[in-house]
Amino acid sequence: MPIHDQSYRRYAGPRDEPGHAWTVIAWAGIRSMITKRMFIGLLIFAWIPFIVRAVQTYIAANFPQASMLQPTVETYREFIDQQGAFVFFVTIYVGAGLVANDRRANALQIYLSKPLMRMEYIAGKLMVLGTFLLLVTWLPAMLLLLLQTAFAGSFAFVRGNLYLLPALTLSTLLQVLVASFTMLALSSLSNSSRYVAVLYAGAVFFTEAMFGVLTAITGSTAVSWVSFSANLAQVVDVVFRLTPRYDTPWIVSLLVVVGLVVLSMSVLERRVRGVEVVT
Amino acid sequence: MEPRNQSPPDPNPLTPRTEPRNPRTEPRNLRNPGTPEPSSATVELENVSVSYGRNRAMRDVTATFRPGAVGLLGPNGAGKSTMLKALLGFLTPDQGLMRVLGLDVAKAPLRIRARLGYMPESDAHIPGMNAVSFVAYCGQLAGLPAVDAMQRAHEVLYYVGLGEARYRNVETYSSGMKQRIKLAQALVHDPDLLFLDEPTNGMDPKGRQEMLELIRDLAHNKGVNLILSSHLLPDVEYTCDHVVVMDKGAVVAQGPIQDLKGPGGRVYELRVKGDEVAFVTVLRGQGMECHGTDEDVMRVFVPHGQDQRLLFELAARHGVQVRHLKPSMPTLEDVFAKAVGED
Repeated sequence: MPIHDQSYRRYAGPRDEPGHAWTVIAWAGIRSMITKRMFIGLLIFAWIPFIVRAVQTYIAANFPQASMLQPTVETYREFIDQQGAFVFFVTIYVGAGLVANDRRANALQIYLSKPLMRMEYIAGKLMVLGTFLLLVTWLPAMLLLLLQTAFAGSFAFVRGNLYLLPALTLSTLLQVLVASFTMLALSSLSNSSRYVAVLYAGAVFFTEAMFGVLTAITGSTAVSWVSFSANLAQVVDVVFRLTPRYDTPWIVSLLVVVGLVVLSMSVLERRVRGVEVVT
Repeated sequence: MEPRNQSPPDPNPLTPRTEPRNPRTEPRNLRNPGTPEPSSATVELENVSVSYGRNRAMRDVTATFRPGAVGLLGPNGAGKSTMLKALLGFLTPDQGLMRVLGLDVAKAPLRIRARLGYMPESDAHIPGMNAVSFVAYCGQLAGLPAVDAMQRAHEVLYYVGLGEARYRNVETYSSGMKQRIKLAQALVHDPDLLFLDEPTNGMDPKGRQEMLELIRDLAHNKGVNLILSSHLLPDVEYTCDHVVVMDKGAVVAQGPIQDLKGPGGRVYELRVKGDEVAFVTVLRGQGMECHGTDEDVMRVFVPHGQDQRLLFELAARHGVQVRHLKPSMPTLEDVFAKAVGED
């Protein structure tokens, strides 16, 4: 185009069919996060437990005196538990502003005036948070399993615990889905990402504190269903074929977790709209 | 501007496939066979009603928007923005049928939105982006490949007058610049139809004039169909050929502006001294339309076949002094006042 010609020109190039916009939203969100130094610092910090476990695996594989450090299924379960703290921080850092910032800037009407469905918008935003959460849960867990096999020089552990691969995948997916949906739903309730962050942290800590108080009063952990994180822990125990740590039937915990996701979806369905109707 | 097929081959493979637009020689529907021909409507509504809870914002609206620039005129709360939002699929009507570019809004909202550009009324942007990233992002959301979207973003930002400020964060923009960036994001994917909701809101007089020039250029020189929703009569009159007038959720007048303005008689600006209310009643009794203006004069429509002498006669007969009488031209303001029944 000549440099002097700055008039409006029509576009005759290719166009994607509707249905791909969620990838654009996801990629833009991921790119904007990885430009933040503080966030990169948090991601690096979240990999420290992996490094510790990797060293432990190496020592156990190479020094017979340290065979008691040999990783077991419980080691992986503990690792997933440890990463829970980073899931919390990453969820707050990435997720709090995902919808809230768009609401503040009236961006929803821009998004939804393009050829994309509300579902695609939500999927794109979920993908942003989900990607980073999988980066601090599923990826290090899988790498750890790979390292253990490499250091041991045999597939014996993996063959002996074949269910570990799907268990790790399922448990991290469960963690990621619950955290992502809950945070996205909270983020759609406000225009302020700070308020959303406080709300999420409050929900996690309050339910945990309530569980502690009720356990102290009743002397039983059967009320673990009131706690956001206890329900997840209970279900993940079952996924790892371990004895559930609380007295609540695991199916109740699973129902609470599923209910939370369904509730979040319903909130998102109501809040992610081009027009907010106040009646 | 030379047509692209007469230009030398472009050595840069990243240059997007853009073509000059000449509405006189190029039909608008080369890319989309479904685009209406000049004689058909871009938007049609049949008996559409939309409610916000118990409040009915649109009542049984039937309207046709012809190709070109059509003004959607009405006071605040008339239902203009509601209509645009319903056409975009943001609101589901209680009843009625809506067609945009020949497609049913209820059945093909995505196909419609792929060919629409929407400039919302309120400030709107994607947070944390500079202008060129924002506009390119909008292009990608509309289905353009990333490279083409970026190239178009640069072009469109130059077109709307933000070329020099395109690397600034949108959040640092002034109100006028925010209006322009909203227009740019609506244009980036080369839509067949533009919805502009109060595009001159919050702009200073110079910026407003420039925005109106842009809109006029788009509609009259670039062949873009557009619907301009505004409560500002001069904006609509300057940019549009047709108008749909709304009031209290209903369409009260529609058609070419010239047809609506005349030729139903003469218009006079009139100021009288005496019992003005009684005199207005007398004038109306004689089949004349009267309505007030912001100034101290009223505008009187004298029916065909009569002239100012009738006004003097009536004034003399009813003991009213004529202090000011000036022939005037019918304006869209008159059409609007007549349509909504203003006194």
